[in-house]
Amino acid sequence: MSAPSPVELDEPVTDDLTVLATPWVTIVWNDPVNLMSYVTFVFTSYFGYSKKKAEKLMLEVHNDGRSVVSTGSREEMERDVQAMHEYGLWATMQKADAS
Amino acid sequence: MNGFARHKKSGACVATFTAFEADLLRSLAAQLIELLRNESAVAEPTDDPLEDLLDFSGPTLAPEDPVLQRLFPTAYPEDDEAAAEFRRYTEGALRNGKASGAAAVIDTLEDAGLSPQPEDGIFIDVELDPALAVTWMRSFTDMRLAIATRLGIEEGDEQYWYELPDEDPRSQVHDIYEWVGYLQETLVQAAS
Repeated sequence: MSAPSPVELDEPVTDDLTVLATPWVTIVWNDPVNLMSYVTFVFTSYFGYSKKKAEKLMLEVHNDGRSVVSTGSREEMERDVQAMHEYGLWATMQKADAS
Repeated sequence: MNGFARHKKSGACVATFTAFEADLLRSLAAQLIELLRNESAVAEPTDDPLEDLLDFSGPTLAPEDPVLQRLFPTAYPEDDEAAAEFRRYTEGALRNGKASGAAAVIDTLEDAGLSPQPEDGIFIDVELDPALAVTWMRSFTDMRLAIATRLGIEEGDEQYWYELPDEDPRSQVHDIYEWVGYLQETLVQAAS
């Protein structure tokens, strides 16, 4: 498996700053093609999420049509969206308050 | 038809393909590469040839082909300007990444003995280390997205495809789609 995203390595203190400055979110949308197992695999291997958290997010995508999979600065979210597109997932980003 | 399994000792993901299967995978990967190079991955030309030559940036508009639209989604659905900027900076790298992934699939098959005109009766054994397994997974995904977009596959429409007569070419393409999905599923399990 690939290394977790650098986002996950940030010290918790940056979370406060991020929330104050610009909460952006990465959203993954449901599609009829991607396998549930693969989506879970992507969430664990790219974000470094636990299997439990990855499965919860995958089921949100599957059942609700979309799920917020990461939160952070605009630059961080652009990295995450690009990574999701590399994996073939349908991802978009927006400001957190608009979601 | 067997999918991937995990080799206990090395941890590699292994699979054995018939010549027909390996040739089919190679052909799907080659089509993907061709598609990725098909439509312009650079900025739209301007009236100024010098400017065109010096413009190393990427495209700003979504591709016209529906498959490419799905492979390179619009990152900012409600902000055209930001979407164009994002596309300019990412689409070229994404295209190259997907094309080199598909090329890696072809290389793996050919290194494992797949010749240009494979004879019936031979088998191709592939062994993927963890990084290559992810490359294959991503490429399987791209192939499935491409086929699904061409066929117009939608959520929960399995019955429709199963009821098509066998002689309908779409039925055969759907069989290939399902087969690549099976390979994908077994590869994810083997790599997890």
